[in-house]
Amino acid sequence: MDSSLFFNITTIAYFAAMVVFIVYLTSKNEAIAFGATLICWAGFIANTVAIGMRWYEAYALGYQQAPLSNLYESVVFFAWSILLIYLLFDLKYKQRAIGAFVIPFAFAGMIWAQWSLDATIAPLVPALQSNWLTYHVITCFLGYAAFALACGVSFMYLIKVGKEERSAEESPIGGLLGMFPSTKVLDDLNYKAIMVGFPMLTLGIITGAAWANYAWGTYWSWDPKETWSLIVWFIYAAFLHARFTRGWVGRRAAWLSIFGFGATIFCYLGVNLVLSGLHSYGGS
Amino acid sequence: MSKQQSFTDQLWDFFCSLKLAIITLILLALTSIIGTVIQQNKSPQEYMEMYGWSESTFKLLDSLQFFDMYHSYWFLSLLGIFAVNLICCSIKRLPRIIKVVREPVLKADDGLFRTFSNREEILAQGTVESVRDKVVAVLGEKFANPVVNGEDGKSYLFAQKGAYSRFGVYVTHTSILIIFVGAMIGNVWGFKAFVNITEGQSVNAIWLRGDKVPTPIDFEVRNDDFKVEFYEGGGRPKEYSSDLVVLENGQEVMKKTIEVNHPLTYKGLTFYQSSYGVAGDPIYRFRVENRATGDAVTIMGAQGRHLSLPGGKALIPMGYAENYQNFGPAAQVNIDKGDHQHGTPFLVFKNFPQFDERRGGDYKVTLLDVQQTYYTGLQVAKDPGVWVVWLGCLLLVVGSCGAFFLSHRRIWVTIQPLEQGVGVKIGGNAHRNQPAFALFFDELKKDLDDALSS
Ligand code: HEM
Repeated sequence: MDSSLFFNITTIAYFAAMVVFIVYLTSKNEAIAFGATLICWAGFIANTVAIGMRWYEAYALGYQQAPLSNLYESVVFFAWSILLIYLLFDLKYKQRAIGAFVIPFAFAGMIWAQWSLDATIAPLVPALQSNWLTYHVITCFLGYAAFALACGVSFMYLIKVGKEERSAEESPIGGLLGMFPSTKVLDDLNYKAIMVGFPMLTLGIITGAAWANYAWGTYWSWDPKETWSLIVWFIYAAFLHARFTRGWVGRRAAWLSIFGFGATIFCYLGVNLVLSGLHSYGGS
Repeated sequence: MSKQQSFTDQLWDFFCSLKLAIITLILLALTSIIGTVIQQNKSPQEYMEMYGWSESTFKLLDSLQFFDMYHSYWFLSLLGIFAVNLICCSIKRLPRIIKVVREPVLKADDGLFRTFSNREEILAQGTVESVRDKVVAVLGEKFANPVVNGEDGKSYLFAQKGAYSRFGVYVTHTSILIIFVGAMIGNVWGFKAFVNITEGQSVNAIWLRGDKVPTPIDFEVRNDDFKVEFYEGGGRPKEYSSDLVVLENGQEVMKKTIEVNHPLTYKGLTFYQSSYGVAGDPIYRFRVENRATGDAVTIMGAQGRHLSLPGGKALIPMGYAENYQNFGPAAQVNIDKGDHQHGTPFLVFKNFPQFDERRGGDYKVTLLDVQQTYYTGLQVAKDPGVWVVWLGCLLLVVGSCGAFFLSHRRIWVTIQPLEQGVGVKIGGNAHRNQPAFALFFDELKKDLDDALSS
């Protein structure tokens, strides 16, 4: 039994949860939503076990490193973070339908990692061997995961509000949209998720700077990855200010959130795959 | 005069506006992309080769300072506007917030009550004083001790929690300015440099970035030893370290083994392990056995030298590999048969002394060891602003968590005699997270109801 078995279970569980959530939207049966949530928990536990085992496997090979050392490990950790944030939001706000729009991000990550990323455990080069790496990656990814949830919720908002406006006269919206939370709740969840993600990203940038300073003697060198994390930070800062002082809520907030998540993904993947830089993931 | 006035007013309003803040944030985000797409600080030739630009394109982009854009005048101006905006906006709003916190409205009139989304009226029995005491007790227990005022036979209560969370936003904003100040201190009084030190030697000067002559420092750094370790089954270096000694007037004052991620700091200068290289030719030691007689000798010498063997021949070490195809240290040698003709080169391995057995020939050669002198490559940094930056970061995190997750909650109660008994009006608000406050308020209403009906 090794970690790859559990990673496969995780992938299957996220796929199943996604499908069951969609079935829930059509069937409107709360029991089905509960089932989907249980599958999410099972997948999350499998994901946790898999990451733990991989940690141990690296340790057994003589590498004392957290399982956050290459693109594969970071993607499966991203999926884990999305589930963590999602499940916390589920416990607190109990809006089951958003699972249908959030779990796909986690599933997409897992299937990409399983299918096309190199899963070999490789040692870290000396420059990356530091506990700061662990803190940095964890805080950044919790931030990214909260932004993923905000993005999923924003899609739901836009779909729902569009439909509501088109069928304003007809009484209650049925179909798939009947199970969506109200637009007010969706808008609020978007904000709440960003309120979690923003301090996490702030911490992520700061731990990254602390690490760079400790390892290289500069806390900021404007390398593309750093700069993109700052760009993402600026976008969400603009989102927050536009929201509570200029009343950018609803549709505009939703678009800004989707745009922000696009920038987040570019920061995470695009920079390494498209631009060049100092960071270790992807690319080379 | 009045026109002058209106211009400064306009300028002030411009720098206080939040529209400006949002536009600046978005402009910073958008323009920052340029420097991630165009590599920064390369030479003109590199740019023209890398991107295939013509001379005129290069000149245009150069005049826009796109090749060092994060230090360009326009980018720094944008950051300057951002800072001024933040300062003006805070100056404008802070007095109001201080007033809210320091001089709260203690007596809520009907007009104020109408603004509350959480309010309740209860009719109680007894006197104003007895009702007041009950309400004070409930508030004290469930929320915070209220300030009590009386006037015209009425009683006014005011209680609040988390008033200081109003300052969270200002802590956040100030922290950004503190980070800017730290960065400026670093830019003015800090520097980046490098120095290479050969094993066994010491230096008392470092090379600032871009300088052609070294800059003296007021102490000496000696490199006693340099080590490099490789991962098994791969040429990747696992760890490299230097044993550094700091000397002042010839006295050892500090000793530390530094590795990547574990630097040495002395007198504000930090020495980071960043690279290494070989300094000079290696010195070899071999054991050479005459196959015919079984006699063995140990010889030692530098690369390229003829190391004589008994009987007129000589062994010539030609090259050295630290980790030849993962078999560890290896030397390439050849044997000169005494006629100054080089023989066929062959390899000997330190970790496999028997390897040369199979080659045949007159001698069996074993590599005993190689002393390769290394130099260690150190980055040297001085940044007196870094602690200011960390202070700013700390405040940024504390402040934004405060701004997001704490809220200033206030409750007002007015107790007045009515015809049917004593009227109790309760109202309250929170400056953020209203849903949670609404829940709390409902609980409080129930508690008050219970207390007053008993
Ligand atoms: C990237 C830089 C900035 C960060 C990280 C930041 C952060 C914050 C945070 C966390 C809040 C509280 C958010 C909330 O209550 O939901 C806030 C509020 C605010 N910010 Fe900023 N801010 C930044 C730049 C600016 C700038 C340049 C201005 C310029 C005027 C500004 C003006 C304000 C105002 C007026 C508020 C509302 C204050 C209140 O609620 O009374 N911010 N900011």
